[in-house]
Amino acid sequence: MIYTLLIGGAAGQGIDTTSALLEWQLKKAGYAVLTSRDFMSRIRGGHNFILLRFGDEVIESADMALDGLIVLNEESLRLHRDSLKPDGFILCDTDIESDDPRTIQLPMADMAKELGNPRVAGSIANGVILKLFGLDLDYSEVVLRQQVKDQYIEINQTAMREGYDAVEQRYDRLNADFAGHMLVSGNQAVALGALAAGLRFYSAYPMSPSTGIMEYLAGQSKNCDLVVEQAEDEIAAINMALGASFAGVPAMTGTSGGGFALMVEALGLAGIAELPIVIADVQRPGPATGLPTRTEQSDLKFVISAAQGEFPRMVIALRDQADAYEQTIRAFKIAERYQIPVILLSDQYLGDGTKSVPPFVIPDDEPVKTTEVETPYLRYRLTEDGVSPRLHPGQTGHLVTSDSDEHDEQGMITESADMRNLMMEKRMGKLDHLRTELLEPEFTGDDACDVLLLAWGSTAGPVRRAVSELNQADGSRYGALLFGDVFPLPVQELMKRAPRAKTVINVEQNYTGQLAGLVRESCGIACDRSVLKYDGRQITAAELIQKLSEEA
Amino acid sequence: MSEQTFCTRETAWCPGCGNFSILDSLKTALTELELQPHQVLMVAGIGQAAKTPQYISANAFCGLHGRSLPPAAAAKIANEALTVVIDTGDGDSYGEGGNHFLHNIRRNVDITHFVHDNQIYGLTKGQASPTSATGHVTGVQADGNFNQAMNPVLVALAAGATFVARAFTGDRKQLVEIMKAAISHKGYALVDILQPCVSFNKINTFSWYKERVRPVEGQHDRQDLMAAMQLAMQFDDVIPTGILYQKEQPTYHDRHPVLHDRGPLIDRPLQREALQAAFDQLI
Repeated sequence: MIYTLLIGGAAGQGIDTTSALLEWQLKKAGYAVLTSRDFMSRIRGGHNFILLRFGDEVIESADMALDGLIVLNEESLRLHRDSLKPDGFILCDTDIESDDPRTIQLPMADMAKELGNPRVAGSIANGVILKLFGLDLDYSEVVLRQQVKDQYIEINQTAMREGYDAVEQRYDRLNADFAGHMLVSGNQAVALGALAAGLRFYSAYPMSPSTGIMEYLAGQSKNCDLVVEQAEDEIAAINMALGASFAGVPAMTGTSGGGFALMVEALGLAGIAELPIVIADVQRPGPATGLPTRTEQSDLKFVISAAQGEFPRMVIALRDQADAYEQTIRAFKIAERYQIPVILLSDQYLGDGTKSVPPFVIPDDEPVKTTEVETPYLRYRLTEDGVSPRLHPGQTGHLVTSDSDEHDEQGMITESADMRNLMMEKRMGKLDHLRTELLEPEFTGDDACDVLLLAWGSTAGPVRRAVSELNQADGSRYGALLFGDVFPLPVQELMKRAPRAKTVINVEQNYTGQLAGLVRESCGIACDRSVLKYDGRQITAAELIQKLSEEA
Repeated sequence: MSEQTFCTRETAWCPGCGNFSILDSLKTALTELELQPHQVLMVAGIGQAAKTPQYISANAFCGLHGRSLPPAAAAKIANEALTVVIDTGDGDSYGEGGNHFLHNIRRNVDITHFVHDNQIYGLTKGQASPTSATGHVTGVQADGNFNQAMNPVLVALAAGATFVARAFTGDRKQLVEIMKAAISHKGYALVDILQPCVSFNKINTFSWYKERVRPVEGQHDRQDLMAAMQLAMQFDDVIPTGILYQKEQPTYHDRHPVLHDRGPLIDRPLQREALQAAFDQLI
């Protein structure tokens, strides 16, 4: 059983805090939780909402069939009441006009004023929700301690109690066992993965929706011994990260598509100078400023081909918060092992959204630094696998030279045709080895499927859920390949499964079907149809099922 | 097996280029400071001056055009044991890299920035640079440069730089001393080194500079910011050279709680307990 609530209001009305308090109390009470954040690009006013789902089973997808609608302004009520289930409820202040018989109205603003702080109205609503769903207030204090300043804990607790006492229980308390899980956003998961991989230097320029990574890392800076530097622009951000990487510390930068566009030249520098770096692109709809606070998957073709010239790179799309943690660690390892840039593709839906996932585990192995080398030391020594021993300047008596010009084994500028060939073959040859450790896409669904869906990144959850629901009905059998590694593209599962399916459909959050294009280029498989969405809102399982049945 | 002394390598510069004097002075300065090649990281962007790191035996990071400061600052942050020296040109430092110039002054990372300022673009064969004088005729600025020349030392002083100097390749003794002081300075040090470009700048020639430069040593209080600014503003019949300003101020490392007095970042192990605590906070 999964319940779905929507908390809506204007920017500045505190829906973020209201949601954070609620999702944490639900998590502590043992429920699985999934949230997605739908914000406008403004600090005050407008219409924002947070979709909060919780229940006693793993939650894969957002869903717009609402059990409850908590609205802080009339606009939110008007926009979302049609999404409310027939037996759902609306919770709002008595100020807000509602002729809907499902409405629970309380004078929350007045109650808060009487308590002495109008800002605790959200906590009154919080208490109401907990009561409706049969929960108690056991976790209110510990959660308030996490989320608000000490002097506001007591008043918020009183507010929660007032809300709690104002209504009667309506839903069954579910018996769920997710209390031991972590509740993390995609951005936090990336940050934690980077820390677990030994990150020591993160430089970035603030850009929605990637800033959460920098913010979280900055909060851990002192405890975890890393420097977080807010650069003057994205060009400085990536060039700083490359300087730190050259000097010998694991380094990373993060941005969204527009910032990535500024980083492109330096991406090539990482390629030719063979410097390990991890770059997170938390995608939002483009081009240019696009829809700054919303979600899209339209940077795939951009990041796989960004920068002049040819050089090896890897691109990993993150599928959910747990995957984000694991793949970020892997990205650091691959960047170090092959001395290449590794790009992580996340998006606003995943980056800002929270999910309860099994607790992360810190890997045992730590990066091992090379200190012993053949003499004379050659930074770009030609080796069988194309990977040269990498020393760090000042760590041994050897000199280390890196150059953005084509160079010889020592790192000196060269214009020799033969050396150019050798260096191109050395660098590009690293991809041959990298291909042997690519992760095939996850397959979900019926092995004998008629319809094979192809998806990548954060749509994995909604697609997984849709396939499972579709297969419970009569009719076509569905399966899906959910890609994490997208460049180089692993093709074995594709080559095996696509020819057996009657229809292959790519499901993507972009206009042009970028994965479908990459699939065709990589292995000649053409998709028969597409489900594409580019309105800045994440596709849900229900929406996908509807689109598939419309077009069938 | 390490090299004990700084050697220079075969260059691709024009005979008579001011870069030779800078390279030679740099070698002398590093040697006199008793540094060893493996302790020094040379950083550059792109341009003729930016080839300097290729021509001296030290560690080298030759990056992108205009982007010498960000990797240099970050390398110092990653490993404070390195002596980080940038050698690059006026176009690289003030044109393509202008934004980084301003903001790295604010950072005050302990790095040294030698700008080979010949008031012209050499590598691209003679277009106006940010420091080219108004009216300077080039192949592109055929009717004379319409723009005003930037005054880099004045900008640096106004932006709060803690070490600002102007030097001339024709006065090697002064150049070596300024270089040593700049490298020894704790914080970001800018030395704008006036040099002739024998191939592409027929106006600001060796003798043009020679007639104008006036060393200020002994006649100037380098802690006096207003006096430094007045000297910086002089760039006409008289061009004052020397250390115009120097002030001890907390560096990036001094102010940073993760870096201050805690040894090089590169030596820090994974903080497992702190990370586990971060995980636990999310449970």
